[in-house]
Amino acid sequence: MIAVRRFLSGGWLATYAFLYVAFLYLPVIFLPIFSVNTAATPKFPLTGFTLHWYEDLPRTPALLDAAWNSLIVGVSAAVLSTLLGILAARSITRYRYPGRSTIHGLIMAPLVLPEVIVAISMLLVMLQLGLSLSLFTVVLGHVLVCIPYSMTVLTSGFEGFDRSLEEASADLGESAFGTFRRVTLPMVAPAIISSLLVCFTISLDEFIIAFFLTGTEATLPIYIWGQLRFAAKLPGVLALGTLLLVASFLLMTVAEILRRRAARRTQNEGSLYA
Amino acid sequence: MPEQPQIFQSDRSMIEIKNVTRSYGAFKALDDASLTIREGEFFSLLGPSGCGKTTLLRMIAGFDNPTSGSISVGGQPMEGIPANRRPTNMVFQSYAIFPHLNVEQNVAYGLKRLKLQGGEEKRRVEEALAQVSLTGLGKRLATELSGGQRQRVALARALVMRPKVLLLDEPLSALDKKLREQMQVELRRLQQAVGITFVLVTHDQYEALAMSDRIAVMFGGRIAQVASPKEIYQRPVTRQVADFLGGMNFVKAEIVEEDGASLVVDTLGFGRIKTDKPKAFVRNGGGATLGIRPERLRVLWDNATAKFEVAGKVVERHYFGEITHLIVEIPGLEKPLSVTETNDFGADDIPVGTSIRLAYDPEALVAMAD
Repeated sequence: MIAVRRFLSGGWLATYAFLYVAFLYLPVIFLPIFSVNTAATPKFPLTGFTLHWYEDLPRTPALLDAAWNSLIVGVSAAVLSTLLGILAARSITRYRYPGRSTIHGLIMAPLVLPEVIVAISMLLVMLQLGLSLSLFTVVLGHVLVCIPYSMTVLTSGFEGFDRSLEEASADLGESAFGTFRRVTLPMVAPAIISSLLVCFTISLDEFIIAFFLTGTEATLPIYIWGQLRFAAKLPGVLALGTLLLVASFLLMTVAEILRRRAARRTQNEGSLYA
Repeated sequence: MPEQPQIFQSDRSMIEIKNVTRSYGAFKALDDASLTIREGEFFSLLGPSGCGKTTLLRMIAGFDNPTSGSISVGGQPMEGIPANRRPTNMVFQSYAIFPHLNVEQNVAYGLKRLKLQGGEEKRRVEEALAQVSLTGLGKRLATELSGGQRQRVALARALVMRPKVLLLDEPLSALDKKLREQMQVELRRLQQAVGITFVLVTHDQYEALAMSDRIAVMFGGRIAQVASPKEIYQRPVTRQVADFLGGMNFVKAEIVEEDGASLVVDTLGFGRIKTDKPKAFVRNGGGATLGIRPERLRVLWDNATAKFEVAGKVVERHYFGEITHLIVEIPGLEKPLSVTETNDFGADDIPVGTSIRLAYDPEALVAMAD
C-alpha cells in the first residue's frame, strides 16, 4: 500500500494521466490547427493563419446537400428513436414482468454488435423487403443504433420517478391526461430533450451504416469520406471536421446537463430518508 | 392519560367497509374486513408490515379495488369511482411533493381544476399554509425544504381540498424521533381544529395510541380488534394484539367457572383469579391465557403488604434511565415475569438474586384468546 502511494505521489500518476489525455485528444487538436493553416498539406511547421478553408465551405453545393441530408436523417432518427426509447424506458423502469431484463439486454445489444455486420444485415433485409436505398433506409439503420443511447439517457431520467407523484396528482382530482401533462411530462422533459440531442449527434457522426444503406444521397460523413480521395480538398475536410467536432461537443454537453437535471429531479423524491 | 374532549366527533358513520377482501392470486392482502369509521374521528389502522393496512387505505383512496365487498364514503358507494373523483385526499409516505413546482404551486395543484373566482384560490392556499405553519415559505422549491417541512406541504396540499376524509400513509415514519413526537401533537391538534375525519396508517403503536380516537389492529389481512387506545392497550382480545401494543406477561390458567361475562381461573403463580370475559374469548379446552402488563406489577418495599401479591427472585436487571426493567422468577410460573418500575424508590439498586414481593391488581390480569 505504502509503496503504491509513494509511487503515485511521486508524480507518476500525474505523468500517466497527462499521457493518457494527450493520447486521447492530441489527434483531435490537430484537426482545428491544420484547418486554419494556409498550406494545403497538414504538415509542421505551420505556414500561416487563414479562414479561407472555412469560407469555401458554404460555396460547395455538394457539401450543402450532404449537410441538409444529415439534418433530415439526424432529426428523423432522433425523433423516432426517442419515441421508441420513451416507450421502452417507461416499461423497463415502471413495470415488472417476466423477461424484463432479457428485453432490456436485447435493446441495448446494438451498442456492442460489430457495426459492419449490423450494416450488412440491414442492407440484406432492406433489399429483401424490396426497399430502394435512400435517406429513409439510413434513418431506419440509425434508429437501430440510436435506441440504446436513447434508452440509457431516458432510463436514468425515468428511474426513481416516484410513482406516488402520479397518484398524488390523481388524488388531487386530476385526470390521467392532466396528470401526464402537469406532472409526468414536465418531470421527464429534460431527459427527452437530452435523448433527442444525443441521438441527433450520433446520427450526424455515423458512417458505416449510412455508407451501406444510403443510395445516391450522401450524409456528411460520407461526403467527407468521398473528399478524402482528393489531396487538395483535405483542408476543407479538416475545416468541416472541426465544425462537426464542435457541434457534437456542444450538443453532448447540453444533453448531459439536461440528463443530470432530469435525474436529479426524479431522484429528489427518493431522498426522503436522507 | 385523560380522554380528550371530542368536539367534532359524531356518531354518524363516514366510512363503511363491508366484508372487503383483496386477493392477489391465492394470497389475501385483506381478508373479509368490516369496519365503520365515524365522522370527525381520528382513526388509526395499526399493524406490522404486510398486515393489509396500506392496502385498505389505498382502496379507500381509490388506488386499488376490493376483490369483493364494498366501501362507501359519506354514504356514497365508491365502487367504480376513480381516485380523482373521490371525496378523499391523501398524505403519501414519500410525501410525493411535485419537485418541479414551488410550495405554493404544490398546494394550489388541486385547486387549479376548480377554477376559483377572484383571489379565492390564493386565499385558500394562504389559509392552508398557515394551518401547517408554513406561512412565508410559499415561493420555496421542494428541494429547499427539510423533511418536516415537506411533510407539512403534503398536509397543506391535501387539506386545501377540504376533503371529507384525510388519509395518511405512515406520514411520520421518515422523520427523526423528536420531530415525530412533535408532529404527533400537531397532527392531533390540526385534526381537532379542522374537524375532518383522519385515517392514519402506522406500524408504530405509540403513534397510534397517542393520536387516535379509535384504533383497528390488523394482522395477516384480518382486523383483530377495534377499540379506543386505552381499551386496546389494557384489554387486548388476543395474545397477538397484546404483544404488538407493548410488553405483556402471559400466564397459563385453568378455567374453573365460566359464565356470560366472567371467568374464574386457577393460575400457578397468581392463584385463583376472577376476571372479565372478553367478547372474542374462545375457549381452548379447559385452559386460558391471562396477561398482565409489566408496569401493573409493583415492587413491595420492606414490610409493605398488599392484598394481592406474588413472591419471587430477581434474575436480571436492566437500567433505562427513568425506569428499571426487572426480570423476576416466580415459583410455579414457566416464564419469569418482566416488571417495569420507576426509579424514584431505588429499583435500579435492587441486586440480582434478591427475593422480592410484587403487588398486583387482579383487574389488571386480563383473559385473552391465544
